[in-house]
Amino acid sequence: MNSVGEACTELKREYDQCFNRWFAETFLKGERAADPCGQLFRRYQLCVQKAIKEKDIPIEGLEFMGPSKGKTENS
Amino acid sequence: MASWLEPRAGFNKLLPPPPSPQLAWHHFPGKHVLTEDIVHREVTPDQKLLSRRLLTKTNRMPRWAERFFPANVAHSVYILEDSIVDPKNRTMTTFTWNINHARLMVVEERCVYQVNPENSNWTEVKREAWVSSSLFGVSRAVQEFGLARFKSNVTKSTKGFEYVLARMQGEAPSKTLVETAKEATEKAKETALAATEKAKDLASKAATKKKHYV
Repeated sequence: MNSVGEACTELKREYDQCFNRWFAETFLKGERAADPCGQLFRRYQLCVQKAIKEKDIPIEGLEFMGPSKGKTENS
Repeated sequence: MASWLEPRAGFNKLLPPPPSPQLAWHHFPGKHVLTEDIVHREVTPDQKLLSRRLLTKTNRMPRWAERFFPANVAHSVYILEDSIVDPKNRTMTTFTWNINHARLMVVEERCVYQVNPENSNWTEVKREAWVSSSLFGVSRAVQEFGLARFKSNVTKSTKGFEYVLARMQGEAPSKTLVETAKEATEKAKETALAATEKAKDLASKAATKKKHYV
């Protein structure tokens, strides 16, 4: 799958590959080891966050797991 | 804000255990997803994985809505999906919502994937969705449109999930699985239908209140 920043797709692919291996072989087995993908992630983020700003995609300041905790029918 | 519709919920006991919760991330029907990015990721001290994904989807606005929002027609829909994977308890929770076109409609969905307590060979998926619109006058129609799409997406996402599972396990879904899925789809249809009725009821009740929010 492509990145929203055309220039970031290759960086994303490299990170995804690293993450998927770590996720399946380390994290899901409950092993605690240093994250081997940190550097790839930071490089990818520099690129994608810039693209998000350029495209004015409004992701800033949104609470994790959604804006609607304790949602009621007429909030 | 507009009125919230009753969340729809139901445990569908129709999925074999995923080899990893990661598979659940494939539950988006790929056809309409244009881009996919991770914009946040961390492992908490209690070993849960938190992720935020940004998805871009093609805009599938109904024809009648295009008349109200000609400027919005060309724009993609941006969707955020937050997730928590808990490998210790073998659960995954996702929360998904659109972050643009919000005045027209906001669809929020929460999914909880967990091991069936009675049979650990099954994964339960609990899906809930909320549809809201702040458009005065047409909001009821928009909400019903959103619910109808949610209804049809229940079937689609279930099929996608099943397909990925089958592929990972190197086999086609068994007959029993397909039959169970069919049964669950019927059930989902029934609850969705009930939701529409409930929605109508709520919408008319909320009609007077809505004015305050516009």
